[in-house]
Amino acid sequence: MLGILSLKDIPYNVPILVGTFVGVAIIGLAVLFAITYYGKWTVLFKNWLFSVDHKRIGIMYIVLALVMLFRGFCDALMMRTQQAIAFDSPGYLPPHHYDQIFTAHGTIMIFFMAMAFMQGLFNLIVPLQIGARDVAFPFLNSLSFWLTTAGAILVNISLFIGEFSTAGWLAYPPVSELQFSPGVGVDYYIWAVQISGIGTVLTAVNFMTTMCKMRAPGMTWMRLPVFCWTVFAACIMIYTTFPALTVSIAELTLDRYLGMHFFTNELGGNVMLYLNLIWAWGHPEVYILVIPAFGCFSELVPVFCKKPLFGYATMVYATLTITVLSLLVWVHHFFTMGAGANVNSFFGIMTMIIAIPTGVKIFNWLFTMYRGRIEFTAPMYWTIGFMIVFVIGGMTGVMLAIPASDFVLHNSEFLIAHFHNTIIGGVYFGYIAGMNFWAPKVTGFKMSQGLGKAAFWFWFFGFFLSFVPLYITGFDGMVRRLNHYDNPDWHFWLIIACVGAFCILCGVVCQLTQIFLGIWNMDKPGHKDITGDPWDGRTLEWSTSSPAPIYNFAHIPVVHARDAFAYDKEHGIDTRRTSEPYQDIIMPKNTSAGFFIGMLSFVFGFAAVWHIWWLAIVAGILMLLIVIGYSFKEDKEFVIPAAEVERIEKEHSRNIMTQVAE
Amino acid sequence: MSENSTMTANGGHHEHEHENHSVFGFWLYLMSDCVIFGCLFASYAVLHGQFFGAPTFKELLHAGDIEFSTVAYETALLLLSSLTFGFAMLSAHKGNRSGTLLWMVVSAVLGAGFLGLEIKEFMHLISKGATPESCAHWSAFFTLVGTHGLHVTIGLIWMIVLMIQVATKGVGSHMMPRLTCLSLFWHFLDIIWICVFSFVYLLSML
Repeated sequence: MLGILSLKDIPYNVPILVGTFVGVAIIGLAVLFAITYYGKWTVLFKNWLFSVDHKRIGIMYIVLALVMLFRGFCDALMMRTQQAIAFDSPGYLPPHHYDQIFTAHGTIMIFFMAMAFMQGLFNLIVPLQIGARDVAFPFLNSLSFWLTTAGAILVNISLFIGEFSTAGWLAYPPVSELQFSPGVGVDYYIWAVQISGIGTVLTAVNFMTTMCKMRAPGMTWMRLPVFCWTVFAACIMIYTTFPALTVSIAELTLDRYLGMHFFTNELGGNVMLYLNLIWAWGHPEVYILVIPAFGCFSELVPVFCKKPLFGYATMVYATLTITVLSLLVWVHHFFTMGAGANVNSFFGIMTMIIAIPTGVKIFNWLFTMYRGRIEFTAPMYWTIGFMIVFVIGGMTGVMLAIPASDFVLHNSEFLIAHFHNTIIGGVYFGYIAGMNFWAPKVTGFKMSQGLGKAAFWFWFFGFFLSFVPLYITGFDGMVRRLNHYDNPDWHFWLIIACVGAFCILCGVVCQLTQIFLGIWNMDKPGHKDITGDPWDGRTLEWSTSSPAPIYNFAHIPVVHARDAFAYDKEHGIDTRRTSEPYQDIIMPKNTSAGFFIGMLSFVFGFAAVWHIWWLAIVAGILMLLIVIGYSFKEDKEFVIPAAEVERIEKEHSRNIMTQVAE
Repeated sequence: MSENSTMTANGGHHEHEHENHSVFGFWLYLMSDCVIFGCLFASYAVLHGQFFGAPTFKELLHAGDIEFSTVAYETALLLLSSLTFGFAMLSAHKGNRSGTLLWMVVSAVLGAGFLGLEIKEFMHLISKGATPESCAHWSAFFTLVGTHGLHVTIGLIWMIVLMIQVATKGVGSHMMPRLTCLSLFWHFLDIIWICVFSFVYLLSML
């Protein structure tokens, strides 16, 4: 009835997990109680969970990303403390538990923190920047979100029921094969990644279609805001490379569930096939993450320097060049495979070449700042910090791209320091800069700049304290994923790294305070964004109110130039066309289908992990029926009458007038 | 990057504009699906010939357990069903509901015939000891060919759903994008099958 699930799979004898469970349960119950107390259940489901509005889906993605950031960061703190105290002693985490923590940390940070954050930014910004009222496929958008969430729930539930994978964030075989990982950990990993991966591909198809088909009149490709270009590039990479992840994970699944021999040690299995397939996805993946972060910088630097972006065209070409090159570098993750000098040289050179378009971008931002009237807001702090941190990360990347030095540094702490250098310095700083920049547009209030800057400084110094020591221990021969060690040379540096992690913790606390304080003060003067254009923005999203009305634009804006809104402001054009008569607007209706398919995919994944086949079959059939049922539905849209549009727009105009009068 | 080519884009939400996007979006999805098959072909290329004591392709061929004629029939059925689905689309474009339905039924029957033959072939191979778990070659073989078969199965379910919709809702402008998507999918599966036929069957028979 319950497959292989039994009471002994509940880790009630592990104190850390029991403590976590109690904590999660208390917070969860408090949230449930609060929702019931304030009578918000209907609102929650109807307006949020069933919503197909890209702005609400975007917010839900970011909430998911922040929750997962918290989880992933707790894992990081545990690892750093373990390594700080595990010199000549076992530390406080037994190896099996420690292995689960580093696997969960990587899996969560990439798939459920960074990817979720990125898709959240896609949702929040792209339709507004191209002057559209929604994405091309609103229902698919909701479905994508719920599939990602289903994966995230699977990862988290593995804490309390069974175990998580111990095979590292990419589940390399043969360790991840049944022979060496007989538990359910790898199965949790497989289904979580697979389900959320499908959601990501759907997002890419959706946004690609949106950008190709739904740009406002006059918005030619070379007038497209750079953030949209980066989303475009990321979407191309997602739908060309995620299939490689799907296939590698699916083949591992077949090995584990049906006894096949793709990657086993016996009967002809080939481990390196897995590595090639998964890195054919894995390397583009880091560009998928970082390119939209570059897009965030490209949007906010011109706004805070009060001048157009330097070298728009080169920025676009550099982005597309990186897109192509990203597909040609995957072997640098395993130069030690033994592919031979020619193959390794090719991939080494391709890897180094990527530094060129990336360098172009850095110089474009610097030249935009040059002689600009720089306004040092929190997003600018993150941007300048990014340039310093990311350039160092890029340079250590070029070091690792030299096959000869890679043979020495492969799998060492040096590598760990390198990719955190690029992913924290590039991806994380970029998304947080973007979040600080676009928060007023999304929520209607400005986040505290002081706390934002404090968070930045903690992250900036915390980052160097945490990861410079790892470069040093890496040179000193320390390999990654060590549970305990007896080399006295490393001990000092690992203590410093631990201090750095706690410094970053202060940064995270500042950021959480910044968010909660923002919500607390949201209606107070000085915090509320009344005009919809708090930074004197340059692109279309700032032309509408904050937060944007459900239909985004009462009149679809007409684009006259690059940086459309800045052009309109300079030339006295009313982007909102307030004097023209309003028309009825047709918008997609909310639907529960995405939510239920997502939840059923979670049930399916859970059932598959525990071999509860009847449940998996029931969930699978129900998903199919919902999809078919949805395709029969007729009235998927509703009309917002012109009078209602006029009322909303007039009110916004009045608010702006009052603001100006004050 | 002419001005005109992008002027059509706007944020309108009229029914058929939406559906127009669905054909474009489905093209993008198909490219993604194509990479899935690309990876499966790559896996097969790496793992083929790894028999490790399981019956080899050549042995089965010589013993008459793999028959060229079966594969030829499968190919013929699938290609014919693509042709008949083309006729269904022609009828749909003319607004001929019963013609569309008729050709769709024919396509579905031919597709089901393909699937039946494939399942029969798989069962036979398994009975001869060439099972997916016997060695890497047969793992890759069954996964590649089976994934194609799974796609055909999904295509058949989709076709049945659309037949019901055509029967109840006709072949108006709201149905055309749906039929076009299925048509793209069905022809795409043909192209994949031609690759399967060439690289998996023909190459092994040489």
